[in-house]
Amino acid sequence: MNTVALEFNLDWLMALIQTLLFVAMAPLLLGWIKRVKCHMQNRAAPPVLQPYRDLIKLFRKQTVIADRASWIFRSTPYIVFGTTVLSAAIVPLVAVDLPTAAIADVIVLVGFFALARFFTALAGMDIGTAFGGMGSSREMMIGALAEPVMLMAVFTLAMSASTTNLSEAVTYTLKSGLVLRSSFIFAALGLMMVAVAEAGRVPVDNPSTHLELTMIHEAMILEYSGRHLALIEWAGFLKLMIYMVLISNIFFPWGIATELTAEALAIGVVAITAKLALLGVVLVIWETVMAKMRLFRVPQFLGFAFLLSLLGMLTHVVLETGG
Amino acid sequence: MWCWKPGAEMELTQLSLYDQAVLLFAAAILFTSFIMLAQARIVPMIHTFAWQGALLAATTALVAYVTEHPHLYISAVMTFLLKALLIPWMLHRLAVRLKIHREMEKLSYPSMTLLAGAALVVFSYYVALPIIHLSALVTRNTIAISIAVVLLGMLLMIVRNKAISQVIGFMSIENGLFYSAVVSTYGMPMVVELGIAFDVLVAAILFGVFFFQMRDSIDSLDVDRLNRLKEADDSSLRAPEKLP
Amino acid sequence: MTALWLMLLIPLTGVVLLAFIGHHRHAGWVNIILSSLSLASSLWLAVHVLANGPYLSPSRMMYIDAFNVYLVTLTALVGLTTAIFSRPYMQHEVEARKIGKRRMRLYHSMYQGFMFAMQAALTTNNVGILWVAMEGATLTTVLLVSLYRTPEAVEAAWKYFILCGVGIAQALFGTVLLYFAAARVIPSPDDALLWNVLYGAATQLDPTVLTLAFVFLLVGYGTKVGLVPLHNWLPDAHSEGPTPMSAILSGLLLNVALYALVRVKMLVDGSLHSNLAGHLMMGFGLLSFMVAGFFLHRQRDIKRMFSYSSIEHMGLMTFAFGIGGPLATFGALLHMTVHSLTKSAIFVTVGHAAQIAGTQSIEKIRGLIRTQPTVGWGLLIGTVAIAGFPPFGVFTSEFLVLTATMKSWPWLTVPLLVGLGVAFAGLFRHLHPMVYGEAPEGQVRVSANMIPVMVQLAFVLWLGIAIPEFLSKWFEQATVLISGSSPL
Repeated sequence: MNTVALEFNLDWLMALIQTLLFVAMAPLLLGWIKRVKCHMQNRAAPPVLQPYRDLIKLFRKQTVIADRASWIFRSTPYIVFGTTVLSAAIVPLVAVDLPTAAIADVIVLVGFFALARFFTALAGMDIGTAFGGMGSSREMMIGALAEPVMLMAVFTLAMSASTTNLSEAVTYTLKSGLVLRSSFIFAALGLMMVAVAEAGRVPVDNPSTHLELTMIHEAMILEYSGRHLALIEWAGFLKLMIYMVLISNIFFPWGIATELTAEALAIGVVAITAKLALLGVVLVIWETVMAKMRLFRVPQFLGFAFLLSLLGMLTHVVLETGG
Repeated sequence: MWCWKPGAEMELTQLSLYDQAVLLFAAAILFTSFIMLAQARIVPMIHTFAWQGALLAATTALVAYVTEHPHLYISAVMTFLLKALLIPWMLHRLAVRLKIHREMEKLSYPSMTLLAGAALVVFSYYVALPIIHLSALVTRNTIAISIAVVLLGMLLMIVRNKAISQVIGFMSIENGLFYSAVVSTYGMPMVVELGIAFDVLVAAILFGVFFFQMRDSIDSLDVDRLNRLKEADDSSLRAPEKLP
Repeated sequence: MTALWLMLLIPLTGVVLLAFIGHHRHAGWVNIILSSLSLASSLWLAVHVLANGPYLSPSRMMYIDAFNVYLVTLTALVGLTTAIFSRPYMQHEVEARKIGKRRMRLYHSMYQGFMFAMQAALTTNNVGILWVAMEGATLTTVLLVSLYRTPEAVEAAWKYFILCGVGIAQALFGTVLLYFAAARVIPSPDDALLWNVLYGAATQLDPTVLTLAFVFLLVGYGTKVGLVPLHNWLPDAHSEGPTPMSAILSGLLLNVALYALVRVKMLVDGSLHSNLAGHLMMGFGLLSFMVAGFFLHRQRDIKRMFSYSSIEHMGLMTFAFGIGGPLATFGALLHMTVHSLTKSAIFVTVGHAAQIAGTQSIEKIRGLIRTQPTVGWGLLIGTVAIAGFPPFGVFTSEFLVLTATMKSWPWLTVPLLVGLGVAFAGLFRHLHPMVYGEAPEGQVRVSANMIPVMVQLAFVLWLGIAIPEFLSKWFEQATVLISGSSPL
């Protein structure tokens, strides 16, 4: 009885640790990406821990809120950060089969992201500035196009694995061994394009720009300061990390821990670190090669992503199900 | 012999790596068809077409290996030489000689075209289902892809109005037909395949001759300008055809 | 057998020979000689088959039976008469439109190339080679349609190339499906495309696959037959090319395409136990017949008008083959023969008429009977024949088809009669002023050899009054082969 209770608690502890690890490592990932990008562009790179310093600086600063701000404006940073952390809790980072895996449904994940996006957009419009509204409308347009793509991509996976539960899907892929699935390849490509769009990277949105005409994400959070801004920025880092973890663990799950032994967990940590580092390099190369697109071409970009996901689903039905 | 009884469940994970590779190549061939639909520039389109031919040749060779039909190796080599090297080279040379290789074509409704393409893939699957159920071949799932490549080639011809894009669409149809022959019947008898290859080659040559005639007579390669002949002949629109 | 090989080798040598000397002054004579040699070997072949029955070549690549033997002879005959017409006509055209030497070489060489493709398509036993030959026929004539290099000619040739090319691609897919169905029941894969083997095993072929195959083959070969709505290339290609081209395209290519379609239908009928193939052919045939009849009226170019007449008649033949009974099949076979003869004769005459008037526009051709009586009379009699007047052969075949329709589909005779009436009205409405109108000033005669035309029309008359015994025997054998029972 005691051992069961102990194990039960241990599992939950592991889940908590995994979430904390997720949240803590997100700025590190951004630091890594920034560093690689600067190296690629022959610039002097900031230290890898710089994002942590930026967050700490923001937390110490005073928050300035407009008179007209409503409760939406005040609560959005917390809601956004909260839902993103919840999403991080259910995405398998180091191990599958954790207690949180029971709610680790893909649709739930998409729902969380949608909630975060919804509140951010509302907050952008809350103050009544022009840029906020502009950013919100752009973000909703991109969201409206990107969400179906993401759903299609994960449905392709779900059809192969016969479940929408992330943890079970990863386990399924692990168990199948090396299988050349064209549907997965297409879905992976589609998901990568969605990740670029949703996380606000080039070519959809330049994360370092503050030019008004080209801002999307930045426009919505322009009015935030202090700890609110820190929370929103952190949530942004976390979102990118979640997407990258999704892509690496769904399509290349090897190394993830299937049982909660110290050995397996250690391998899991090393594996995910390596995969994220590699994926970060890939992202940097992509961002360096691509130029930022005009806003009106973003639908075409996402349309192509939709095509890839659709092809993934079609090839699954046509080629991979029995005849 | 890699045969499955018709109606038996074919689990992807139970297939050998080579069989999976055949399916992967099929998906890649379908992808090249879609890329050609979305591509506005001529030289990349020719290159995509060449890739389609190369993938086709690779699939044929793979099927030859998996199913132990050595005559398919000859087909594979022939396809590679003709469809991945010779015809793209001819088209490229033609584009350069006609000075159209830097042109960009204005695509009308690109997103709608791609969606129509996806609908055609679904339709091909529906059409191919009775055949797939009957077939005992390991490549039977790719029959739907071959029909889709044919239909996508036709879609390409319909939505484009530059003559060279229409020619690439036509050649893509022939690619799809060859592919369907390979995956549904492990290739037709050699004499027929040689005849078909010969016809395709002659057609490519004739297209080349044609482009020059078109350019000389209507001064452009825009097929939209070929509109003088109408169903109900209105001779008031035509130039008087007087012999000296 | 030597006759068969000769018949294929002669046009093939012609292609090579005329590619070198086709621009020569006497190239036309060489063309005529080659065509007469072809006719001679086809007659020899016909006599052989008449005496000894169907012939399967040792390699089993070629097969002559009652259905294609008379088509082979007919092709050679029309090829010869058109070659005779082509010689002085093209000489005149070379001077009038300044056609260069290279183009004349191309013209003569591809003329024989086309003949080769036709004969190959008719005599082959291999369904795949049949496709290759049909595509080959398109390829040989594409550059000839654009021979005059006007924008209209180039447009017509482009449409011809693309539409027929895409159509034929459908037929290739149908062939692949046919092979797929055959390879499941016929042990040796190389045999699975041979028509006589397929015909023997027809009941074992899977009906679903064969239905699918037939639909594709109908669309594919139907494009070359000129069935509505796949007919758009036909009026353009037949009117923009030089007149000898129009004659052989209308008279021969459409026939051979229909032959290919009926061969496939024979296989499908053996496999399916319903007349689905026949119903499809009836539908398309009737549609072509009606639509072409109405479009006839609106034409302003004389060759386009007669091309629509070709579409109409091919529609009628497809309809008749679709009904499938012995009476209809006999009528259709007879109609194939007489239409081919009449239409090529008409186009020859039209060619001369256009030369006389200097234009192909109907409004500007007038008073033919006064300027050159032979041409005027030829056009008049030809149109009378093609419109279905008794006692010409077209009337006989149309009567047979109507009788067959009344027996099995009585209410369809109404649209048939309406269509015949509409076409008749259209043809004569345009014809009357052309032949009898006031001749414009300065219209002169041209050198025209109307004897082949008269011979062909006389033959059609003969076929209308009394079909000679050897022919009726052939038609009967072919009818038995296609529909399973005899009409007599």
